[in-house]
Parts: sequence; C-alpha cells; structure tokens
Amino acid sequence: MTRKKSATPAATESNAKSEPVLSATNIVKELGRGAGTVMALKGVDLQLVPGELTLLMGPSGSGKTTLLSILGCIMTPTSGELTVAGTKTAGLSPDELAVLRRDHIGFIFQSYNLFPTLSALENVRIALDVRGQKGYEAARRCEEVLREVGLGHRLRNFPGNLSGGEQQRVAVARAIVSSPSIVLADEPTAALDGENGNAVMELLARIAHEQGRSVLAVTHDPRTLPYADRVVRIEDGLIVGEERRPEGLDAPEITDLTKRRKAHA
Amino acid sequence: MIFTLAFRNLFHDRIRLAVTLVGILFSIVLVAVQLGLYLGASRMITANIDHADADLWIMPFGAKSFEDGGLLMGTRERHQALATPGVAQVTPLVVRFTEWRKPEGGSTRVVVVGTDAEEGAVKPLSLKTGTWEDIKAPDAIAVDETYLKDLGVDGIGDTAQIGPSRVKVGALTSGVRSFTQSPYVYTPLSRARSLVGAEGSDLATFHLVKVYPGQDVEQVRTSLLNRLEGAEVLTTEEFHQRSLRQWLFRTGAGVALIGGALLGILVGTVIVAQTLYSSTKDHINEFATLRALGSSSGYIHKVILTQAGLSAVIGYVLGMLLALLIVLGSQSTPLPIVMTPQLAAGLFTVTVFMCAISAVSAIVKVTKIDPATVFSR
Repeated sequence: MTRKKSATPAATESNAKSEPVLSATNIVKELGRGAGTVMALKGVDLQLVPGELTLLMGPSGSGKTTLLSILGCIMTPTSGELTVAGTKTAGLSPDELAVLRRDHIGFIFQSYNLFPTLSALENVRIALDVRGQKGYEAARRCEEVLREVGLGHRLRNFPGNLSGGEQQRVAVARAIVSSPSIVLADEPTAALDGENGNAVMELLARIAHEQGRSVLAVTHDPRTLPYADRVVRIEDGLIVGEERRPEGLDAPEITDLTKRRKAHA
Repeated sequence: MIFTLAFRNLFHDRIRLAVTLVGILFSIVLVAVQLGLYLGASRMITANIDHADADLWIMPFGAKSFEDGGLLMGTRERHQALATPGVAQVTPLVVRFTEWRKPEGGSTRVVVVGTDAEEGAVKPLSLKTGTWEDIKAPDAIAVDETYLKDLGVDGIGDTAQIGPSRVKVGALTSGVRSFTQSPYVYTPLSRARSLVGAEGSDLATFHLVKVYPGQDVEQVRTSLLNRLEGAEVLTTEEFHQRSLRQWLFRTGAGVALIGGALLGILVGTVIVAQTLYSSTKDHINEFATLRALGSSSGYIHKVILTQAGLSAVIGYVLGMLLALLIVLGSQSTPLPIVMTPQLAAGLFTVTVFMCAISAVSAIVKVTKIDPATVFSR
C-alpha cells in the first residue's frame, strides 16, 4: 500500500504551521442523566489547520463520533471551548450553529445520507440551495465539482443506480461544493471495498492538499492511514496520542510508527 | 430544489400519495355537496323574495318566512301604506299552503302564490313553457316541470283541483324548486284568493312596497311602522335573512348541512395530517441531513408545506371533478346542489388551509430533529 504523491509535502509542512481553522479546548461531553450519565469526552483538545488530512482513530465507544458531532457544531459540549473559523460556539442557538455549519463545514457520512429521490446533481445542488445559491451558476458549479470527483458521466443518475463508491463521491462533492474550510467525514470508507475506499481517501487527501481545506476523518479502517498527514488517537474519551507524518516519509512508515507506538505502549 | 424535493418525496410512495389524495378528495366532495346543498336550499328559500320588485315588505307581525306569512291582512294596511309619504306603489301578494287534488286521486300540499306580475309583484321565475298571459287565462296556473309527477299531471293543459276550484296547467317554470317540497303554484292574485278560500276579498299575505326613486327606504319604513299596527315592515334583505333563519336554522336543516361540511373538513385534515406525518417520519433522516448541512428550520418547513400544498392542489382538482359530476347529476332532483365560482374558490382556500393545518404535526416532528442522528444511521 503506497500513498500516491498527490499531496505536496511542502504544503503539508507549511499548513502545519498555519493558524487553526478549528480549535477545541478541554471539551467535555456527558451523555444521559442522573445515575446513567456517561462521560463520552473527558477533556479533549484538538486543533485543525488548513491543508491537512487528519484521521481520528479509536475503538468503538471511544468518543470519536461524539467528538465529530461537537466539532461539526451538531452537538454542544457540556463544557469546554470550541472555536470554528474564528467564531466561539458557546451560547449560540441551534439556528446560529446551523449557519456556522452552512458557512464553514462540509460533512461526509458513513451511509452517504444521499436523498434517494434526487439525482447525483440534485443531491449536490441541495447543499447550495440551503445556502440560498440557486440558478445556472449554482448548477454549473455542482457539475464542475461532480466532474472533479470523477462523476461527470453520472450527473443524472439516482443514488439507487450508483455504486457505493460513486455514492460516497457524490457525498464528497456535496460536502465541498460550497467551498467550506473544514470537511468532517464519519467513517468515509467503512461501507466501501478496498478500491473504492482508496479512491475516496485519495479524493479527501486532494481536497486537503490541493484546495487547502482542513479534513478530519473519523475511522478505524487501517487502509486510510497512508493518506493521513496526522493521526489522532482517542480512547475512552481522551486523546491518547498523535502522530504527524514527517516530511519525506511515505505513508507505510506512518503505519509503522503507529505500530511502534502501540508496541511501546 | 424545495419544490423538487417536496414533489419527489410526495410521489416516492405512490400508495401513501393515493391515500392522501383520496382523503382530500372525499373531504372536498363532502364539503362541496354539503355547502352546495346549503346554497341550493338558501336559493330555493329566498328565490321568490329576491325576485320580487319590492323595497319593503309589509307582513303580519311574526311572519316567519315567504311560505309562512301567517294571517291574511286586509285592505286597511294597503291604504295606510299608500298614504305614507315616499311610497310609490303597494302590491298585494297572496302566499298560502293549500291542498292540491290530483286528477287520478290523492292529494299533495302546494304553495299558492297569487301575484299580479304586471304590478311589480313576484313573477313566476324562469317560465319555460307559456307566458304570463297564458297564466291569466281562466283557471290557469303555472307549476314547475320538476313537480309534474308529484302533482299527478303530465304538462300543459292538464287539470287538477285546489280546494273547490278546478285549475289547469297553463305554463311551466323550470328550476323553481321549493325547500318545503310543496310546489309553488303561480296564479293571478284574484284567482289565488279564491283558491285559498278568500274569494272576493282584498286580503293579502304581504304588501310589497316600492318607494319613489331617491327616497330613503329606512325613513319610509319608519313612517310605515308609525302608521301600521300589528304589522311588520322589513326590507327585502331582512326578509331574505328571516326566511333563511326559519328554514335553515330553526328547523336544524342548515345546522346539519354546515355540520356535515365541518365534518368533511375535519376528516380531510386528519387524513392529510396522518399521511404527511408518516411521510415526514419516513424522510426524517433526510431532513436531519438537511439540518446537518446547515439548512434553516424554515427551509425544511417549506419542503413540508410544499408537500402539503401539492397534495392540496392535486386533491382539489380530483375532488372538484367528482363534485361537479355530482352537482350535474343533482340538477334534475328536487334539491339541486349549487356550485358557484365563489364556492369553488372558497373550497380551494379551505383545501389549502386544511393541508397547511395538517402539516403542523409534521413540522412539529421535524422541529425536534436532532441532526446528530445523521451519524447513527
């Protein structure tokens, strides 16, 4: 498994020094009430910078998806501070959080979450439509993005007529069509075979490196490691480790680093 | 995209769409028929009043309706009215329930309307066969063709008996139905008096008053009331309303018709609400995805309201087609259903309102969406 050279290490290095576009400090999340309260997150610190593909890895129940929901302004933390594109989220109403999501965050879901009654093009257009962008320009932009993800020939197809990989690429197109600074992906390869999984990860890496977006993918799929600039480990609601791909190292060595860390632990 | 998404959501499940449309359709038909009957009954009840050439009606105190005028008034009231300043004309009118004896035996109740049409009183409505001159011929009367069978006659020239007198069908009206189901029998005033047992008298059920042009009708009415004892003076509109109240509300008929219409609206609302709610529930993950994508609550509400609006338009068109067929089929019956452009427009408004109200439960459901569910599918 060799990482394709679409990423530019120089860009990666400079991005690592960029100002964070998302910053989470001491995030705590309690789920449930009373005796049944569960501490899903126990004080998480995380920063995302432009031009970087970050993987958030951890076992089931470690708090990955809860953290993703909080970073995506879908869930509010019990305590801690979250800043997205310079805006502190504390005290914002659900509608204000929706505006923040709309303006700065693109989502990719494990089950794609496409609208079965809309074509590939319409599924992407709806992401612009909720932003009030309509008409010819919006349609042209959606076609352009679908072509970018390799689906120029599938514009009018409905999700039911697309393969899993194609559906996830539609979801990627939907996530990036509004040019968000942050793309959050929940298990983007979990429902895909190896070839399609690699294609989607390749796409996410390109989005991060070529378009300068900050991409965070929650995953426990080791196939995704070769594409990562950074791997963040979460266990039992805490960040327990973080590795960054050193300049010049190829992806397999990240995997090795990970293994070494595990062995060391 | 809102319309596209609403349209596709609606047509995605054809069976549910069919249930929704059938609900709206039955609701519209029920409301259309009930209100159409109400309108038809209202027209029947007030047709003679509305067609009379009168500004004011003088009637015995407590007269309930056109058919139920109470005791006959003498000539005193007429002369007092004629002497009132501003009064141009006072025309007597006789209206009385009486017995019609069929030529082949048996009898039925009719309402004799005695009028001198030339003097501006109640004219036989919609004369289809024959003229007023034919009705003035000896023994002649005019009846509506709808009731020929009930009256035991076949048409022009046939004879029957009212009280002790022989009558001959001299003219036929068309579409002049009676809400009481006792057919109107139009005849000249003097013959009417003899048919109701007041032969040779000047008695009348009503005196129809025309005021001089430019005269204040209210002022004339006040003057008339000051002169007449034991009589009431109503404007045509007041008498119209009193007759409606008598037959539609004191008898409970109108309440039943309006109640039926309200029931139709209620049933339609419940069916549409149920189907919209279940549709929203089925598409809840898509709405959650929209929310996660950053759509406003208003955007999602618009999708649901557009679905409701589309259901309303399609259901209305289908419902109106069926309702119009029923209206057409009722035209030859004694109680025809009336459909007017105003009623059709009103029904459309009611349908849209009904579907919008139905969308409330779905909107409440969607308002409670937790966008975090997008990660748990």
